[in-house]
Amino acid sequence: MLTLAHFLTLGAILFSLSVAGIFINRKNIIILLMCLELMLLAVNMNFVAFSRFLGNMDGQIFVFFILTVAAAEAGIGLAILVVLFRNRQTINVAELDDLKG
Amino acid sequence: MIVLELVFYAFSLVLVLAAVAVITVRNPVYSVLFLVLAFFSAAAIWMLLEAEFLAIILIVVYVGAVMVLFLFVVMMLDINLVPLKEGFIRYLPVAVLVAVAMAVELLMVLWSKGRFGVEMFPVPPPNPAGYSNTRELGELLYTNYLLPFEIAGVILLVAIIAAVALTLRTRSGIKKQNPSAQVRTRRDEGVRLVKMKSEKPGGD
Repeated sequence: MLTLAHFLTLGAILFSLSVAGIFINRKNIIILLMCLELMLLAVNMNFVAFSRFLGNMDGQIFVFFILTVAAAEAGIGLAILVVLFRNRQTINVAELDDLKG
Repeated sequence: MIVLELVFYAFSLVLVLAAVAVITVRNPVYSVLFLVLAFFSAAAIWMLLEAEFLAIILIVVYVGAVMVLFLFVVMMLDINLVPLKEGFIRYLPVAVLVAVAMAVELLMVLWSKGRFGVEMFPVPPPNPAGYSNTRELGELLYTNYLLPFEIAGVILLVAIIAAVALTLRTRSGIKKQNPSAQVRTRRDEGVRLVKMKSEKPGGD
């Protein structure tokens, strides 16, 4: 029988994997953005599962808005990435130290 | 019911393997393609949860638009992959450690004392025939969530304008028409009157 815990477990595993991805791909901005997408997918999985098991549609509405904002984020992020690459010829995070932070 | 479980485990396996591939493969193009696979599997699992509209949206909008945008950018940029992969081995133990610790903590919370088990959250019966997930979602979206819905539209508009404004570039040294200057031109900018003596035809 598929309980709520099954779906939440899947979400937890996905979330941990994307955190690991952020650690091991810390040089490549594109993969970092993809890890963020994966993280949002894990969160959405939890929302959908709770929405089903609580019998409440508000969770799915929330997923709808998360998808919207994630699409906007991906669009702007990739635009910034293109401008960055045009100016610096690199997307290596380690070389982006102009602000001396 | 055993069929549903088999479907769930099969798609979960594909989803987790695709996620592992996304974060480990060398080439970002393969990474994007594995992310597409992960989204497809997630959509199948959302179908199991009877969120049909969101499953379709995930494939049509997310895979069809956002991931294709990713693919375009990855293929457009001529990236030198060698320096981007350095440190992969060095950070791998830390990453595995953090991920395993996080996963174990989350799973301990999830599975201890049956917090999210059948007793606390009984499995809901499947929706009756003729039930429309899209209709339910739409009714909620256009009544209770009308204002957030419109704000979401504004956010998308902002994203469009920001993306265009960021990537637009004006190149120098290109010959092109300037319509407003053409319309604004005046007679005395284009016509020059020259005073000169009249000459006799066939003179001298």
